[in-house]
Amino acid sequence: MKGIFINIGERTNVTGSARFRKLIESGDYESAVEVARHQVENGAQIIDVNMDEGMLDSEYAMTRFLRMIAAEPDVARVPIMIDSSKWSVIEAGLQNVQGKAIVNSISLKEGENLFIEQAHKIKEYGAATVVMAFDEKGQAETAKHKYEICSRAFSLLTDKVGFLPEDIIFDPNIFAVATGISEHNDYALSFIEATRLIKDSFPHCHVSGGLSNLSFSFRGNEPVRRAMHSAFLFHAKKAGMNMGIVNAGQLDLYENIPEELLESVEDVLLNRRSDATDRLIEIAESFKGQSTKNKQKDLLWREKPTSERISYALIHGINEFIIQDTEELRLISSRALDVIEGPLMDGMNEVGDLFGAGKMFLPQVVKSARVMKQAVGHLIPFMESERESGENKKLHAGKILLATVKGDVHDIGKNIVGVVLQCNDYEVIDLGVMVTASKILDIAQKEKVDAIGLSGLITPSLEEMCHVADEMTREGFEIPLLIGGATTSRLHTAVKIDPSYSNLVVHVPDASKAVGVVNDLLSEERRPDFSKKLIESYNKLRKTHSKGQESRSLISISDARANCFIPDDNFTHLITPNEPGQHKFNNYPLEKLVDFIDWSPFFRTWDLVGKYPDILQDKSLSHAATQLFTDATTMLEKIVNEEWFNPSGVISIWPANKINEDDIAVYSDQERRETIGIFHMLRQQMSRGKERQNLSLADFIAPKTSNTLDWIGGFIVTIGNEPDLWAKKFEAKNDDYNAIMVKALGDRLAEAFAEHLHQHVRQDIWGYAKDENLDNDSLIKEKYLGIRPAPGYPACPDHTEKQTLFELLSAENNVGARLTENFAMYPASTVSGLYFAHPESHYFGLGKIGLDQVKDYAKRKNMPLKDAERWLAPNLGYKPIES
Amino acid sequence: MLKESKSFTNLRLHSSQRILMLDGAMGTMIQNENLTEEDYRGNQFTQHSNDLKGNNDILSISQPDLIKKIHRQYLDSGADIILTNTFNATSISQADYATEDMVPQINFESAKIAKEVALDCSEDNKPRFVAGSIGPTNKTTSISPDVTDPGYRAIDFKELRDSYKQQALALINGGVDIFILETIFDTLNAKAGLSALFETFRECGNIFPIMISGTITDLSGRTLTGQTPEAFFYSMRHANPFSIGLNCALGAAHMRPYISELSRGVDTRICAYPNAGLPNEFGEYDETAETTAEHIGEWADSGLLNIVGGCCGTTPEHMLAISEAIIGKPPRKIPSFDPKLKLSGLEPLAIEA
Repeated sequence: MKGIFINIGERTNVTGSARFRKLIESGDYESAVEVARHQVENGAQIIDVNMDEGMLDSEYAMTRFLRMIAAEPDVARVPIMIDSSKWSVIEAGLQNVQGKAIVNSISLKEGENLFIEQAHKIKEYGAATVVMAFDEKGQAETAKHKYEICSRAFSLLTDKVGFLPEDIIFDPNIFAVATGISEHNDYALSFIEATRLIKDSFPHCHVSGGLSNLSFSFRGNEPVRRAMHSAFLFHAKKAGMNMGIVNAGQLDLYENIPEELLESVEDVLLNRRSDATDRLIEIAESFKGQSTKNKQKDLLWREKPTSERISYALIHGINEFIIQDTEELRLISSRALDVIEGPLMDGMNEVGDLFGAGKMFLPQVVKSARVMKQAVGHLIPFMESERESGENKKLHAGKILLATVKGDVHDIGKNIVGVVLQCNDYEVIDLGVMVTASKILDIAQKEKVDAIGLSGLITPSLEEMCHVADEMTREGFEIPLLIGGATTSRLHTAVKIDPSYSNLVVHVPDASKAVGVVNDLLSEERRPDFSKKLIESYNKLRKTHSKGQESRSLISISDARANCFIPDDNFTHLITPNEPGQHKFNNYPLEKLVDFIDWSPFFRTWDLVGKYPDILQDKSLSHAATQLFTDATTMLEKIVNEEWFNPSGVISIWPANKINEDDIAVYSDQERRETIGIFHMLRQQMSRGKERQNLSLADFIAPKTSNTLDWIGGFIVTIGNEPDLWAKKFEAKNDDYNAIMVKALGDRLAEAFAEHLHQHVRQDIWGYAKDENLDNDSLIKEKYLGIRPAPGYPACPDHTEKQTLFELLSAENNVGARLTENFAMYPASTVSGLYFAHPESHYFGLGKIGLDQVKDYAKRKNMPLKDAERWLAPNLGYKPIES
Repeated sequence: MLKESKSFTNLRLHSSQRILMLDGAMGTMIQNENLTEEDYRGNQFTQHSNDLKGNNDILSISQPDLIKKIHRQYLDSGADIILTNTFNATSISQADYATEDMVPQINFESAKIAKEVALDCSEDNKPRFVAGSIGPTNKTTSISPDVTDPGYRAIDFKELRDSYKQQALALINGGVDIFILETIFDTLNAKAGLSALFETFRECGNIFPIMISGTITDLSGRTLTGQTPEAFFYSMRHANPFSIGLNCALGAAHMRPYISELSRGVDTRICAYPNAGLPNEFGEYDETAETTAEHIGEWADSGLLNIVGGCCGTTPEHMLAISEAIIGKPPRKIPSFDPKLKLSGLEPLAIEA
């Protein structure tokens, strides 16, 4: 995606929209303003205003309308395109906009003098302008003629008028194709070719066009028109068209155009065969028919009885009619509560059954939940007044408290669990992120909850969960404790958390298991059996684990160091960075990140496990995955076009050497006069054969004793806290589906940013892999040279080392990112790490380490042994002495 | 092609060497004189039909020595550029006092006396310049004064342009070196001002440096008519301004983030002249010269400034402290950016080609 494509709203145009024309003709400017507002809300980044209608006083209408929208901040925030073929109307427009507008349009139709005079005035009014490919001879039809006119206009504008090239937008005329007149067959292609010629010669200028003409021959056949517009834009954008007057709601995703239709449409647009028009006309009817048929079928469910419609809407996640249907039912029910307990719960139970049977998938369930919440949201005011009159009783199957533990900020998984539980009639109290043990216990007591669920992503959160469990024991809690999140495991739960709590602790591996577990736990009948089995399995796990502990033999740290890794070149081929030092990237363009997204983890977030793009073809998952992917790309397009997020990053490449065997010293300068930071690394201690070394990340940096200056890089990238803000907005509208979606996309974009910057570092800033040429798939598979591990990775599991990285990069000042007390990064969509450039550097896992190394490590870090043991808990190859 | 006015090159040269100083508040200094209705009338307006007290601009005719004294105090405290006493000298604003007919004379005299004192204080290595002050007027082209009809306007672009043009011509005749459109709360008003300046320049054959200064009315960070600082800059860029910046409404402490925002995105000089803090409950400004100067010193250290001065509540004492705080500090380097189509509504929209 090069550059952003700018959608110019076309509805505030009396020649294009009959509705708008009627409003203006009748003087109903207030409703006309609503048309503008609607367009901006739907993503128009500029609005085109046109009042060219024979019966109108166009100067007056233009003036009046622009003044009216000036009073509407939601509308006035976007720039205006003043669209008229009459100069007096354009001038009236220019005198009524405070922003920098675009004039649409001027041309050489009436010769150079008038063109220059009008351009001069536009410049003095401070506007940009569209130039039509129109001269004294008429509208240009061939690519060559279009280009010639634009060239001539460019020279006049820049030489004679002093116009800035970037303020010029060429419109090389989009004409109707497939008209049956053979002279018209080349029209689309000639626009695309002219665009390419113009962009080659005048790279700072822009190319725009009005799309609706193109498909004029297929009036009334929306599917074909949409396909034509989308396919045309696909090709024109590639040629350099970067703006267009379009009805954004009238575009399909290029990828979603049915193959047969796309081929015929492209045959027409690209004039690929002489019978292209006939062939398109031939199949056009069938698409039209199909679409109406689809539509009929689509809306057939609306004719069912109301309660069935509600079930249908819940199962299919359609929220379009839900308020209307809910209200209909409420009016015929004696209490609002009956609507929930009756049809809504019936529908949700069906959803739950389908989900349990593997016939529905998580993203679909979350959409169902959105429908449910919006319906309930509608009923709540009525229920409250009924409650006052004492008609309500207990509502829910149980009350569950959820929280991401103190020091951790990750909550996507927890939010999904919350939604799924709510779908199954549980009341969920979600305390959010970074919640202290005391708050969890406090609210649990006050609200008399039936279970507590804890979530966390980073390893220190495991310790915090143990702490919560301890506290629950101390305060005499008896309710079950649920454990979930990416670093949690059944084994850790059995070995570390379960012994801390005197009652049940259940590990819930993913959201789809949550309902089953909670149902069993809260059912008087099933609970005894469930807990018996659980305790048995924990005992077994603990036994095998302790056996494994005993049999695992570690070598001493000094032996491990003696067996360290030395690269084949012994650091004789180090590459000095092109641009060492710090580099900042603020307001980084989102569109540059899109191509770097690794989609597979995105699907995993939604419990759809499979590799992208294969997952879209997967037998059982394809429907859910494709639906989810379409929703994701739709939102992603908005995120990019409307700049929802604000990525920023900072990197630095410092002179560095390995010191003290396992540390990396970072220097202020190449003379290594001042050490500005030390990264403390750990070394594998498992006993290895002769062939394999005991690795430490420090081994990938030249030792100071070698007298060779080496380098290390560090980076922090963040998407900002906007994903959270957007999620809150969606949550306020009872729209958990989009709330989770926006966060998941934020995470993906942060990762994509890290990937993208790493490439930039390898190829340019450091430049050790200038000729690398890898596609996204190879990037995802990490086929490049060098690595970018972060503290917390298996090779360097100590999260506290992030502190050094954040200090060296002034994270808070440079990108607004900081660390929680447990070294989670905030905002949540943040990625950091170290760059190692040596071609033999690679990822590895530290494994278990011995007391000798931990003692030495604590000493090097100037940290009490007990603290070091706490941070390294999952890696300790021995049982620390309890205090 | 139009020629540049004669002091343009000299101004450009000095602005590349140091942070230039504007003067401080004219109104505050006049207020401190506690003038009476008679003082305002002077000898010239004894018979005038309306009260003139409060019409500060007319003092350039009725009390020229007082205005000269204030200019001189600011020049003595280090000002490189002084602003003419013409903030309200348009036919639109003078209508409040029924002195529309005096507009050419007010502007001519104001420019003339300012230029006289400036020349008197000029040295080779410290030339002094006079900027013709063009205020926002008391009417707005973007907002309806009638709450029941948002489409109504009390004035339109053409009327405002004509009024500004009359002022600009008289200021040139009086000898100004620069124009400064200041305290802009409505960008469309300022666009009419620019349009008037372009016409005036064409008629007199010279291009003058244009300084543009908007007003962020409160902590919403927007102009009265709703634009963000960057959107405001995009609306004004076609003037190829000598400087752009902010004045009035906020003290230095509150103005800083917006100056910093502009400084990052603006490819011309930055000019800032904040108030002496925020007014106290009596409407008086009581921020001390030291406090103001401390802020401005930090701005200069941070490389935010090319031109600095003071607005409401600032006095020669403030300006002296500021001049000491910025002495020897280099002016902000003017960045250059890749060309983009920079459009705006209330918010900016930059489009990459």
